Amino acid sequence: MKALRNFFDNLKAKTGEGGKLHAFRSLIDGFETFAFVPNDTARRGGVNIHDAIDSKRIMSLVVVALMPAMLFGMYNIGYQNALAAGQLETATFWGMFFYGFLALLPKIIVSYVVGLGIEFTVAQWKGEEIHEGFLVSGILIPLIVPVTLPLWMLALATAFSVILAKEIFGGTGMNIFNPALITRAFLFFSYPSFMSGDNSVWVSNGPICGLGYEAAADALTGATPLGLTSAAGFQGFDCSLIHDAVIGLIPGSVGETSVIAILIGAVILLYTGVASWKTMFSVFAGGALTGLLMQWAGLTHIQWYEHLVVGGFAFGAVFMATDPVTSARTECGKYVFGLLIGFVAVTVRVLNPGYPEGMMLAILLMNLFAPLIDYCFVQKNISMRAKRATKK
Amino acid sequence: MSKLFSEDNKAALISPLNLNNPVAVQVLGICSALAVTSQLKPAIVMGLSVTVITAFSNLIISLIRKTIPNRIRIIVQLVVVAALVTIVSQFLKAYVYDVSVQLSVYVGLIITNCILMGRLEAFAMQNGPLPSFLDGIGNGLGYAWVLVAVGFVRELFGFGTLFGLQVIPSGWYAENGGFYANNGMMVMPAMSLIILGCVIWALRSINKEEKK
Repeated sequence: MKALRNFFDNLKAKTGEGGKLHAFRSLIDGFETFAFVPNDTARRGGVNIHDAIDSKRIMSLVVVALMPAMLFGMYNIGYQNALAAGQLETATFWGMFFYGFLALLPKIIVSYVVGLGIEFTVAQWKGEEIHEGFLVSGILIPLIVPVTLPLWMLALATAFSVILAKEIFGGTGMNIFNPALITRAFLFFSYPSFMSGDNSVWVSNGPICGLGYEAAADALTGATPLGLTSAAGFQGFDCSLIHDAVIGLIPGSVGETSVIAILIGAVILLYTGVASWKTMFSVFAGGALTGLLMQWAGLTHIQWYEHLVVGGFAFGAVFMATDPVTSARTECGKYVFGLLIGFVAVTVRVLNPGYPEGMMLAILLMNLFAPLIDYCFVQKNISMRAKRATKK
Repeated sequence: MSKLFSEDNKAALISPLNLNNPVAVQVLGICSALAVTSQLKPAIVMGLSVTVITAFSNLIISLIRKTIPNRIRIIVQLVVVAALVTIVSQFLKAYVYDVSVQLSVYVGLIITNCILMGRLEAFAMQNGPLPSFLDGIGNGLGYAWVLVAVGFVRELFGFGTLFGLQVIPSGWYAENGGFYANNGMMVMPAMSLIILGCVIWALRSINKEEKK
């Protein structure tokens, strides 16, 4: 610990104006505050709220909460690969896990290098402290795309979303849309054939560093459960498929498959108070109610509870909708915000045959409406208090 | 009449290209800029059509500006613009039919282009024929270059072509064993709004000092 402290003190001495490492000031500053809790707090006399936890700690907690989903996603990549190759009996647990690890690692590196590179550059250029918001986005992005996505597309989409969805709005805390979802939306609309469909995008094929198997091309038709719903003659899911969806051994975007792993993350987020249970709960409630309504109207063969476990619904509800920057901030507004996300997501799934999955679109749409929801509740509160004051 | 390029006339011609650009600075004529810029060829044809129409409507209105009764001037202006739009539309149908089909209603909709009415009201009604004509050409070209810039980016990345010719090597494409794929979002109007925003951003950062 002491050695690390000295290391940073040494570096910091050189970052002053005209110092040797001045060009890397924001970089060094960023890593220092990541490793140590900063000493300087808000000064007296202001209106600041003092809190020992700064945004880097919050971000780190979200990353910790994402770990179960990520680790399971790695295992699932290997599992799907072995399944497609018909080698499930011979594959070992660690073999499958490391195969997935090697498949996912380049994506995580690319996403962090591109995103943080842009953030550091902007911070240095504007002479500001670096914004640490990308810590979470950088791990979210690889988890919400198919494992076979080419790396250059990921880099392009990450750059697009960091520059155009975040930095031009003023950086972390100012963005209207969730940057990770903008990355996915960019990929979804730009390269649809790499992002969805019944083709082989969901299953990684071919050995990596000697691990994994080469599967025959026709064994790779890894349709996701939601992909099946748009197929002709769909009569509802098998019970075993839903069972698999809860555990997570289904094809899909890397981190979204396992409901159990996501719920472990949800418990961490709720226990530490990082995410709001109101938002999370009302997304699930909105989705379930809308699913029931659609079932009652006879529009779909999907049971209402099945909506909550297939596709990106659980992942979106736990990690995306609760983003403190882009969700509603008033306490009542969180209920409305969440309910509408669940409603729009299931409505898109059921009523729009073009898009089997609606969670991304629902969250982005409601991100846009979050300030309006907040405004309405704040105004309501103001007029209520004004009435109370004038009545006396 | 020997002052063809006096200071004022030069300013009328040059300033709409950059500091007073109708699209990038005044943010006029956006709807057509979104609609016709998915490829380079229609963007150029559209830009030139608007240039011709703004130039000649400015000229005609400027010539008759003293005889137009003030209360019905908008109608008179519309009649002149409508006549010119019809002529250009027929001309396009006769000589570049395929582009005219691609542009479809947007040629006819030039009549509603805010740049036209704006220049007629703000410039041609107060100035002589020559400055008005130059102002029309300047504004039309200012509109055209932004369209061409947006169209260039959208066609290059959306279709991999320029003027319909394959620019990005076909061996690069994923279906031919390469790694590349066209960006589907570039073809959608949403992306042209984003690119237009980037053009405005670039122009404003270049002109930062001069504006102050």
